[in-house]
Amino acid sequence: MNKIKLATVWLAGCSGCHMSFLDMDEWLIELAKYVEVVYSPVGCDLKEYPENVDVCLVEGGVANQDNLELIYEVRAKTKTLISFGDCAVTANVPAMRNMLGGSEPVLKRGYLELANETPQLPNEPGIVPELLDRVLPVHEVVTVDIFMPGCPPDAARIRATIEPLLKGEQPKMEGREMIKFG
Amino acid sequence: MSVKTLTIDNTPVAIAEGATILEAAQEAGVSIPTLCHLDGVSDVGACRLCLVEVENINKLLPACVTQVTEEMVVHTNSPKLQEYRRMAVELIFAEGNHVCAICVANGNCELQDAAIQVGMSHTRFPYRFPDRHVDVSHSQFGIDHNRCILCTRCVRVCDEIEGAHVWDVAQRGENCYIASGLSQPWGEVDACTSCGKCVDACPTGAIFRKGTTSAEKERDRGKLEFVVNAREKREWTR
Repeated sequence: MNKIKLATVWLAGCSGCHMSFLDMDEWLIELAKYVEVVYSPVGCDLKEYPENVDVCLVEGGVANQDNLELIYEVRAKTKTLISFGDCAVTANVPAMRNMLGGSEPVLKRGYLELANETPQLPNEPGIVPELLDRVLPVHEVVTVDIFMPGCPPDAARIRATIEPLLKGEQPKMEGREMIKFG
Repeated sequence: MSVKTLTIDNTPVAIAEGATILEAAQEAGVSIPTLCHLDGVSDVGACRLCLVEVENINKLLPACVTQVTEEMVVHTNSPKLQEYRRMAVELIFAEGNHVCAICVANGNCELQDAAIQVGMSHTRFPYRFPDRHVDVSHSQFGIDHNRCILCTRCVRVCDEIEGAHVWDVAQRGENCYIASGLSQPWGEVDACTSCGKCVDACPTGAIFRKGTTSAEKERDRGKLEFVVNAREKREWTR
């Protein structure tokens, strides 16, 4: 049997959704029978996002140039893209900087106004990714196939979303257990 | 008083003239989603969740402020209405800054409940991220305008039940906000009796008790019901 190629990516989020993924505990062993983890900060060591990924869980909003490049790559190489958690679905806490209006006021606030010593703006082109003006939910950048809200979605919700996909079925994203935000 | 007979989702119902479609639906056992409606105070049709279709009328009508008429045929849950309701809730989320994870009302929020009820897994409208403020000048309470959906329940409970009229709506359109007193900091408004009815009425975490943090907001809706029943029905015990 060909295994399903599963990836998970971590954009602008706290990694709590990934922790919740690990919280599926022993079912991860069951999951491993059906999937091959091809890219993931918690499940695999590969640094390049591979071709022909079947399912990808995307945690986090799109906050900087690095996130932006990765999400375009993920979309191009993935069949089913899942917005995984509130940051991916709504941009959530990372987007609270959007209220300051643009990346410049955010950087000035963080690195100059609130700095105690040697205030300076980070500037290492090619190494430190540039902030986007606004943190965006994933679906404002690329097409998303399934939305799994929650901060974080608990292990039961993650399992209920993934399990039908293993059988070639679509999960039912409805009701408090599946789509409550927060 | 004359009685009007009408049909709601194929259920015949008779109700006194002057009643609203929402009241008639309750009479008929038909549930219509609401958000700005609050038992005990007047209705204003602010949230558009209770929109219904009435045959031979070419627009959707808010059930809470539309009076019944004779032979009216009402539909409350067509696919078109379900779609518009979901859009209405999505627009509310996109309009303000609703960050459930860090909100006092997380898990006890009528906006969150409405999103689940209409099946909203995400909003299809771009978020506005408006620049709004938090007023914590009152000694016991605070108002976070980021979480306000402008349902005006606070305005109505304060005016109609408490009789203090601390709150009102300032500005227009996207600039609308709930103002205290003469658009002063809440803590400087002498008319406020610190009764907390606005906290109990607020469907979200916009108006809260100081000291409550994420997911800790509780409401005493029974208090509002008690005051209204005492006045209208002369029931003095809770």
